[in-house]
Amino acid sequence: MRVSLYRYNPDTDAKPRMEDLELELPQGKDLMVLDVLELLKAQDPSLSYRRSCREGVCGSDGMNINGKNGLACTTPVSVAAPRGKLVLKPLQGLPVIRDLVVDMTQFYRQYERVKPYLINDEEPPAQERLQSPAEREQLDGLYECILCACCTTSCPSFWWNPDKFVGPAGLLHAYRFLADSRDTADAERLAELEDPFSVFRCRGIMNCASVCPRDLNPSAAIAKIKTRLVSDGI
Amino acid sequence: MVTDVGSLGRTGVADFVLQRASAVVLALFGLCVGGWFALNPDPTHAAFVAWFTAPAMSIFATLALASLAVHAWIGMWTVGTDYFRPHYFGRFATFARGVWLGGTALLTFVYVAWGLAIVWRLT
Ligand code: SF4
Ligand code: SF4
Ligand code: FES
Repeated sequence: MRVSLYRYNPDTDAKPRMEDLELELPQGKDLMVLDVLELLKAQDPSLSYRRSCREGVCGSDGMNINGKNGLACTTPVSVAAPRGKLVLKPLQGLPVIRDLVVDMTQFYRQYERVKPYLINDEEPPAQERLQSPAEREQLDGLYECILCACCTTSCPSFWWNPDKFVGPAGLLHAYRFLADSRDTADAERLAELEDPFSVFRCRGIMNCASVCPRDLNPSAAIAKIKTRLVSDGI
Repeated sequence: MVTDVGSLGRTGVADFVLQRASAVVLALFGLCVGGWFALNPDPTHAAFVAWFTAPAMSIFATLALASLAVHAWIGMWTVGTDYFRPHYFGRFATFARGVWLGGTALLTFVYVAWGLAIVWRLT
């Protein structure tokens, strides 16, 4: 199999380059992209990437695989590279630290901005704040996000305004707490988002929904935030 | 750096609503004028002027011109704050955005002023 890898070591390289490699894959098995990286790293230990759980749970190995963002550990080589050539690049729109490792600071900063935790100043009940099954259901499709950044780094609006547009992952979490029956900070949360950039730079292109490895739909959550903002504003 | 300067409605909500409301006015105006031509397959200049200069039509046309200005400004400001980046323009990104928005403002102003002069027969 042919593999084209993005390589960059700031200590020795003036600029990034693509490295072309040939790799013998074991017969009769459909490897995941992460397995290919492990084989390559055995040959060249200087190759750098993040990984941890190798089963789509930790969200650390998001990368650009043949032009589409995804998790290396859950993307089969046969799906990623049907024509036999695998092209691996780091997530776009974030500074590269080395090879496939990007600096996620900007992504986390936007996540932090939406206050991704429950806010409720009322006296807590003796045991726990209860929800009905219907209220709990409102959080489906929102709480499953693993913060892999595949969506946000494929969003053109985030590329253009990463310091102002929250991005799909952060906004999915913003809506996750707006939709939570136990959260009482809806008004402050919405006030934080009403400027021309934080939410409204979303153009509904839906790159986010098409790459999410958990099949979540951030653009739908964003549309609901917009509806809330507009109906509250009128 | 990109800032809120030039955002018409000051908040994203206001811009969002204004952009859609102005689009509705423009669409209705277009339908109205198009409709007149559809109902008058053999139009004369005199007949058009008689219809178009009625006070209700002048007010509608003024509203359409205002909507055009609002719609154009919000759209072009958004494009200006998306694409005019150091990535393409280096140190001149803010300057280039200024030229873009200045050009938009000038063209819109001329168009609206000219339009108003026609609608209210000020020449
Ligand atoms: S739908 Fe919105 S958030 Fe998602 S990729 Fe498009 S612009 Fe970005
Ligand atoms: S919404 Fe999906 S793509 Fe985006 S960070 Fe969460 S899991 Fe990753
Ligand atoms: S290694 Fe954890 S999600 Fe891929």
